[in-house]
Amino acid sequence: MKKLFEFKTKTIVATGIGAALFMLLFMYVKVPTGIPETDVQTAYGLGSFFAALFGPIAGFLIAFIGHAISDAVQYGSPWWSWVVASGISCFIVGLAYPRLKVDEGVFGWKDVLTFNIFQIVANVIAWIVVAPVLDIVVYGEPANLVFTQGAVAALWNAISMGVIGTLLLFLYSKTRAGKGTLSKE
Amino acid sequence: MKAKLFDYIEKDNFVFNLSGVTKLLCFLILTFTVMYSYDVRVILPVLIFSFWVLHVSEIKFAQIKIMLYYVLVFIAINFVLTFLFSPQYGVELYGSKHELFALTERYTVTAEQLLYQGTKVVKYLSVIPLGMLFLLTTNPSEFAASLSSIGVSYKAAFAVSLTLRYFPDMIRDYNDIALAQQARGLDLSRKERLGTRLKNIMNIFVPLIFSSLDRVEVISNAMDLRGFGKHKKRTWYAFKPLVKNDGLAIALCVAIALAALAVAFFIDHGRYWNPFVA
Repeated sequence: MKKLFEFKTKTIVATGIGAALFMLLFMYVKVPTGIPETDVQTAYGLGSFFAALFGPIAGFLIAFIGHAISDAVQYGSPWWSWVVASGISCFIVGLAYPRLKVDEGVFGWKDVLTFNIFQIVANVIAWIVVAPVLDIVVYGEPANLVFTQGAVAALWNAISMGVIGTLLLFLYSKTRAGKGTLSKE
Repeated sequence: MKAKLFDYIEKDNFVFNLSGVTKLLCFLILTFTVMYSYDVRVILPVLIFSFWVLHVSEIKFAQIKIMLYYVLVFIAINFVLTFLFSPQYGVELYGSKHELFALTERYTVTAEQLLYQGTKVVKYLSVIPLGMLFLLTTNPSEFAASLSSIGVSYKAAFAVSLTLRYFPDMIRDYNDIALAQQARGLDLSRKERLGTRLKNIMNIFVPLIFSSLDRVEVISNAMDLRGFGKHKKRTWYAFKPLVKNDGLAIALCVAIALAALAVAFFIDHGRYWNPFVA
């Protein structure tokens, strides 16, 4: 049985590597949509994939560290409200971790549904509740601006997680040998 | 795409010789002070102070040029968007209305709005030198040690140090894979349709991520074999012990933070400075 909050050496390493990948994608691999400042961040697809494989703590830290360091490197200082929201979105996706058996090669339609329900809930909570509220409380930004930005972010990130995350999980499950798949001849 | 994000060039001066813990603490204390306060009379001195420290630490302009451009673009976009979405937010905030001139009925420029947006610009501007100082004057190897000594679990701190260690490797892998795929005719530019572009990105992602997962196995086995995580605490090779100057720096930052809080509580009675209510 998988424990929700375990933090083994493997989880730590996956967090470190995952955050490095997250940073890389966050800074360089965006899909422009034509509207300025609203690219589809492929990093969230990766974050959701790692969260589903390694659990909520890893998910939270990957997005939090990855987002914070890339903000710091690009802008000099992290934009804390969105960094926290990033972490929370991948944390919630990670809650799906005990329900999935991707590392045993199982990822059927039911699992696709589970992952995507968690992913959509995560994006709604993180970007339409957490990020704008923190923006208003911490930075004193006007409400209608941050809620609009939040809604756009929620939509694009849900697409990123839904498409890239689901595809990665599906492909990864294909590379894993399931339990009891050896047969005697 | 650069494999090297920023240069850490060691120098011998007051700021560089401070311990990483001190710099992390000062960075956090000052950024949270600036984030909390909406009083231009508090933020402006912090801004000047942080640029002065930047000067003392002998960081060259070339090192921070790109970041500065990024931030200026960000501030400009935020400025325009704020005005577009909430042209009367300052009026709401300060509870009075001093019209300067009108563009249209909705977009009337008021003194309140200018103060609000102006303060915001100064606020965001003053955080940058602080972040750059911390980033450019702290040895990356010392970063994990600093995090763990301000109370972050050493396992999480170790994850951060792994991130910094493997980021250049990831960039290299990504470049290799992207070039190989582009040589096979994969188009990632705007010329391709959005759906196709997503599909093409997947063709780079899959080898990159799956090879990283293999790497996770290798590294975590190596760490387990060396007994990582056996004890509740660990020591750090790169840890710099605190000396008198560290105490001075921390005391100064705490004093600035307390002064900002005092202004907020006793003079402004809140986060905002309101000069319009006389």
